[in-house]
Amino acid sequence: MIVGGSWLISEARRLDPMLRTLDPSGYARIMIDCGALERLDTVGAWLLLRTKRVLEHNGLEVQAVNVREEYRALVHTIDHECRAPPVRLPLPHTLTDRLERIGRGLFHALHQAYALLGFFGLVVLATVTTILQPSRLRVAALLHQIEETGVNALPIVGLLSFLIGVVVAYQGADQLRQFGVEVFTVNLLGVGILRELGGLMAAIIVAGRSGSAFTAHIGTMKVNEELDAIEISGLSNIEVLVLPRVLGILVTLPLLTFYSNIMGLLGGMVMCYFDLSITIPAFLHQLRDAVVGWTFWVGLIKAPVFAFIIGLVGCYQGLNVERNAASVGKLTTLAVVESIFLVIVADAIFSTLFSMLGI
Amino acid sequence: MSDGTTAPSVIRIRGLVTRIGDRVLHDHIDLDVLRGEILGVVGGSGTGKSVLLRSIIGLQRPAEGSVEVLGQNIAGLGGGELVRLQIRWGVLFQDGALFSDQTVAQNVQLPLREHTDLPQQLMDEIASVKLSMVGLPPDSAKNYPAELSGGMRKRAGLARALALDPELLFLDEPTAGLDPIAATQFDELVRELQQSLRLTVFMVTHDIDTLRATTDRIAVLVDRKIKIGTIATLAHDPHPWIHEYFTGARGRAALATQ
Repeated sequence: MIVGGSWLISEARRLDPMLRTLDPSGYARIMIDCGALERLDTVGAWLLLRTKRVLEHNGLEVQAVNVREEYRALVHTIDHECRAPPVRLPLPHTLTDRLERIGRGLFHALHQAYALLGFFGLVVLATVTTILQPSRLRVAALLHQIEETGVNALPIVGLLSFLIGVVVAYQGADQLRQFGVEVFTVNLLGVGILRELGGLMAAIIVAGRSGSAFTAHIGTMKVNEELDAIEISGLSNIEVLVLPRVLGILVTLPLLTFYSNIMGLLGGMVMCYFDLSITIPAFLHQLRDAVVGWTFWVGLIKAPVFAFIIGLVGCYQGLNVERNAASVGKLTTLAVVESIFLVIVADAIFSTLFSMLGI
Repeated sequence: MSDGTTAPSVIRIRGLVTRIGDRVLHDHIDLDVLRGEILGVVGGSGTGKSVLLRSIIGLQRPAEGSVEVLGQNIAGLGGGELVRLQIRWGVLFQDGALFSDQTVAQNVQLPLREHTDLPQQLMDEIASVKLSMVGLPPDSAKNYPAELSGGMRKRAGLARALALDPELLFLDEPTAGLDPIAATQFDELVRELQQSLRLTVFMVTHDIDTLRATTDRIAVLVDRKIKIGTIATLAHDPHPWIHEYFTGARGRAALATQ
């Protein structure tokens, strides 16, 4: 066999099938003459060596001759290093694989719920300690969190709630006009926004804005080993990082919910004025009749619970980050999804509870 | 492997000026990297060693001056020409820069998949050849980068850099973060591969042991300029930083074993 020309990666597509289908039957000895070889790279050298090994494996005697001095080192390196056959990657996506993934997911979720409950306990303990010793509260950090999660969220929460008010009024007016009772749009707005939408909007925006920021910030600190530095300085991560955030959001979310309610009603009022020609005094009068008893408080009672969920999940996932950058991104996404999920679950539980209590 | 070019300089830098904001990092520097040599680049923190590397491979635009790699001016290249040039060099970034959502084998095969149309079976074989060339065990092919140690990640990154049989290899701090034994092994590996594949190597490093063990020539970045020499000549350089670097405690210890 005479080998010549360029044995490079660019030629491998042509050479590979020819060498694989090489039929040595009838020969007992094969001499590979490399004298005419012009260029050789690692792929070419591997193809030659592979052919040699296959032939030898089939019981032939193989000898390479006229290998130029300059190629010796390369051929030697590859011959010396590459003894093991290539590793086959296992094929994913079989049926058992999928079943296994479902099972793993379930156990992961259960484990997560259990761990979150443990974390809840830790935070409650730390809160109680802080209440007993108010001097341990980090006031500056708490104020910073109130500004960050509350004051800075005002524009976005206000705008979105206003728009939701507009949308609800518009859709409500459209339907109720068919019955000639478009004035009840005001009742729909009052009850819908105060009981549900205002609080949910505020909670979802804060989960996306601040819950994610908690995870990202604490997670980045963990990657930088800052959490370890806090721990060995005799401080507690829960006290230094988690409490100011959870307490901060606990203060701001009820206030944001109130603000979101007002902006939502304002949006509805503007829409009623232009679409239904309901004047502002008429709107307010109708609203006072619609909002009776607990309606206003039902929305506000839920806010601290939502706040606690968002703060807890955000900080918990932040502390869970592994020491690499990819983990920060992954858990930040997870924190947002998980906290919005839990907020809506909690909201559904509240709804059931309130309807059983008849309020 | 040599592509017919007989020019002795694989990299030719003329009058390079690099500015980051208002700060001038390189002030009209000239540098030639000769075919088949290992050039080490050293300098204090913040002197722009990595920036120099990024300027050469086209990730950082020079403010003035020209950078020619394999006879082509980097700044003047269009997309297609740049790609054709890029497959003739390999780069090992500081921590390997392996793609974290792919296995080691997939990482090594990525350049093959993008730039050749080889059958999967041959790509598997090539990946395992490259992995064993850089001294990784065969079953590491199916690991994800997060499952590897720092030293193994660097080796896997080197295997990926070598996937397309480049003529020119760039190494950014190849031994940083490795223990002394792993660092020594990595030095030997670079030297061996450079000899058997007849590579030209451009290496940014802090490590004086690596310089001693692998490099043919050394370029020192000081005062926004570059000084080129060998360990022997630079050890007698009057510049205080260079003097301190080569004759300080670490430098003396490294040179004593020479």
